[in-house]
Amino acid sequence: MLVQNIVFYATAALLVFSGFMMIISRNPVRSALFLVLAFVASSVLWILLEAEFLGLVLVFVYVGAVMTLFLFVIMMLYLDWQHIRGGFVKYLPLGGLIVAAMVGLMIFIISPNHFGLLLPVEHGADYSNIKELGEVLYTQYAYPFELAAVLLLVAIISAISLSHQGKTKNKTQDVSKQVQANPDERVRLVKMPVEKKQ
Amino acid sequence: MLENLKAMSMVVVMAPLVGAIIAGLLGKKIGRAGAHWITISLVGLSLCLSLIIANQVIFHGQGFNGTIYTWGISGNFTFNVGFLIDRLSALMMVVVTFVSFLVHVYSMGYMDDDPGYQRFFSYISLFTFAMLMLVTSNNFLQIFFGWEAVGVVSYFLIGFWFKREPANFGSLKAFLVNRVGDFGFLLGIAAVLQTFGTLDFVSIFANAETIAAKNIHVSIFPGTSWSLITVICILLFIGAMGKSAQVPLHVWLPESMEGPTPISALIHAATMVTAGVFMVSRMSPLYELSEVALSMILVIGATGALFMGFLGIVQHDIKRVVAYSTLSQLGYMMAALGASAFSAGMFHLATHACFKALLFLGAGSVIIAMHHDQDMRNMGNLRKYMPITYITFLVGALSLSAIPPFAGFYSKDAIIEAVHEVTIPGGDYAYICVLLGAFVTALYTFRAFFLTFHGKERIPAKTKPYVKESPASVWIPLAVLAVPSLVLGGMMAGPILYDKAGIFQQPADLLGPSVYVAPQYDVMAKLSHHWHGAWEAAFGAALTAPFWLAIAGIFVAWFTCVKRPHLREDVTKRFPTIYKILVAKYGFDDFNQWFFVRGCRKLADYIFRFADAKFIDDWLVNGSGRVVGHVSRVARHLQTGYLYHYAFAMILGLVVFLIWLFV
Amino acid sequence: MIPLSSYLIVGAILFGLSIAGIVLNRNNLIIILMCIELMLLAVNTNFVAFSHYLGDNIGEVFVFFILTVAAAEAAIGLAILMVLYRHRQNISVDELDSLKG
Repeated sequence: MLVQNIVFYATAALLVFSGFMMIISRNPVRSALFLVLAFVASSVLWILLEAEFLGLVLVFVYVGAVMTLFLFVIMMLYLDWQHIRGGFVKYLPLGGLIVAAMVGLMIFIISPNHFGLLLPVEHGADYSNIKELGEVLYTQYAYPFELAAVLLLVAIISAISLSHQGKTKNKTQDVSKQVQANPDERVRLVKMPVEKKQ
Repeated sequence: MLENLKAMSMVVVMAPLVGAIIAGLLGKKIGRAGAHWITISLVGLSLCLSLIIANQVIFHGQGFNGTIYTWGISGNFTFNVGFLIDRLSALMMVVVTFVSFLVHVYSMGYMDDDPGYQRFFSYISLFTFAMLMLVTSNNFLQIFFGWEAVGVVSYFLIGFWFKREPANFGSLKAFLVNRVGDFGFLLGIAAVLQTFGTLDFVSIFANAETIAAKNIHVSIFPGTSWSLITVICILLFIGAMGKSAQVPLHVWLPESMEGPTPISALIHAATMVTAGVFMVSRMSPLYELSEVALSMILVIGATGALFMGFLGIVQHDIKRVVAYSTLSQLGYMMAALGASAFSAGMFHLATHACFKALLFLGAGSVIIAMHHDQDMRNMGNLRKYMPITYITFLVGALSLSAIPPFAGFYSKDAIIEAVHEVTIPGGDYAYICVLLGAFVTALYTFRAFFLTFHGKERIPAKTKPYVKESPASVWIPLAVLAVPSLVLGGMMAGPILYDKAGIFQQPADLLGPSVYVAPQYDVMAKLSHHWHGAWEAAFGAALTAPFWLAIAGIFVAWFTCVKRPHLREDVTKRFPTIYKILVAKYGFDDFNQWFFVRGCRKLADYIFRFADAKFIDDWLVNGSGRVVGHVSRVARHLQTGYLYHYAFAMILGLVVFLIWLFV
Repeated sequence: MIPLSSYLIVGAILFGLSIAGIVLNRNNLIIILMCIELMLLAVNTNFVAFSHYLGDNIGEVFVFFILTVAAAEAAIGLAILMVLYRHRQNISVDELDSLKG
């Protein structure tokens, strides 16, 4: 139990710290890296909560794919990152106040006084989170699961179509088009009366 | 036999409609000759069948009352198209088809050179159809249909020469003034529907006594109490006032003379304007229950009979003279109805249809000869050029002036006597009016007659070589109309008014059960004691006041127009005020122009400026736009377009929600 | 034993941090996108925690779908960002005010 406590508090502190660093970093690459750290930390938390599958998915998908994408994009953009950050100090008081109020309120609401000490359901050593999740996902949630697959497909297509530059213009002849050209569509013969001389 | 009557009535009513449709829609294809032959033959068919129907109804005591077609059902009310063929409607059918037929024939000559030839024939056939629908109807809805249909055709025909501004003005005026009357009529029909729960004549009349016995009173204006029957009768009479041009809704009739003369004869003398008379006769079971309404009809009719006659004296337009005489004669008819002498009123309607159509067509014949110059100051001594017109016009004039033994004498004399006998309020005044009216009638009629056909020739040199007798299609109708104008009265007076000859089956007089006369108002019964036959009546006239008044009128007319023409101007100069009042037609037109037309314009202008431009346009339409503009001008500051503002708003909402949820 | 509240508090703090990130880095679209990811992470943590403590793995299924949608969202968001950058040579949110009323 003690080990669990130590791991939890350490990871939670790391998580909060990396989140905080992410929002205050001046360099977006560092922000992204701190976000990666936050993902890894929260994946530890999830595994503590016996959600091994989701914890691993978080590391694979987010750290491995999404954050890489972010890093790619950040590095592709040629921007003056320092200049972009204008207004940080100006909004700090109000933003900080609102956020502090909200977080305080939420912590007050979800404190043990209100939620009590729920005890988790204990599982034996042979418990498999992946098996449990898979049994629900492929039976009860089969349709939403497939919808999610379609959604990802749509996302792929839309992302490609959004960022696709279009064909580069070159002067190559398209032979098939030239062969198919029809003279009737190109020339129109008009019959009209002969104009008299003025 | 009943089915026969129904079928024949259908043909009578529908034949002119078919003619109108063919001449109107296929006019170009069938040409001018096609148009007039088709319409004339179909109206002729109607005339023949009407005569057969009249024969069967009057002499064989048959009748028909039934629904032809159910037009619509709404709740408890059914709206039917149906025929009520009894003596009253049979008489009207004959009058309408007879005059219409002659006018059709006459129009062949009169409208000969007009570009709208086919259109004209289509209209008059359509008019005949509408008028027949009116007189044959067995319910209020159909009578209203006919009422409006004749009104609209009248509008078309007054404005037939639509390129002439007075014609357009006159047609518009006729239409608008009739709207006033129709408004009353429609309210009356609504009141009937509300009271009786049906529009069918027979069931209404059957219940009329019961309803009247209940003595229901309604309050039209606060603090007044009116008998329901009286209210219904007066509302219906307002409709009749508009259509039959009674004071003060008479102003449209003189203006309607802007239409072609055959129209003046057919619509504005013989048939349409008598629709009001017909309608009141038809409603006699209702009117007999309301002394107030009868009294009102009597006074209004008698007023029109005298005072509209005065106006005829100062007119120079030959058609206008005849038009004012029509107003006067319509007043006589209404006065007869007010005196409960329905048979006398209807008899005068029939004779008037003949001799007034004759006068109008004769005037039209003169107008043709004068090349559409209607001013009598440019005529004179026309008898030399157009003898047939002269003789027929004389017959019409004598008939109108009630000289025995012409037709007008019998009918008008009966009216004067009937009004003399009445006991309801206003009877004495009415008697004086109709009695003096006899003098005035003769005066203006013969003034026009002498000015046109006698005296010095004043024909402009330009038209003089062309003045000649009109073609056969014009004078044949004149001759045909002259016959009933001469003999109809003597032949029919006894049977129609008193049934002394006994040729009809029970009941006694011509109209018989079609009209109802309450015993206490039955003036005709009193008169019938003095009736000893047509010839005795004609000779006996020498001892009565109306006859000598008429003779005096003719004499004065002769003296001032032929003997001493300059006398007229002297009189005019001597009494300038009276002359001015007469020329201004008692100021009705000026008053209408000043009060209604200008008032309407002012009101419309006011409404336009304040209600429409200011209230609706500026406040409602533009105002709502402005409010939206103002609100959005403020509200658009919420839409900064910055993403983080929206996110911030969401968060703020979340905070508020959390606080509300848990604190 | 770690109470449920601890997890929830961690999630709340993460959520607050990401909001602060959005408000503070208002010029940098890419940081805003990353903050949204962090926000989703906070929400997911809550789901997983509730799922564990209530003994019902529906919450985990929900997290699974959220992850799917979030991945799609990140892909499309970044694609839009690329298009935006190509258009304006800039990803400053401050200048994206065409919809300003």
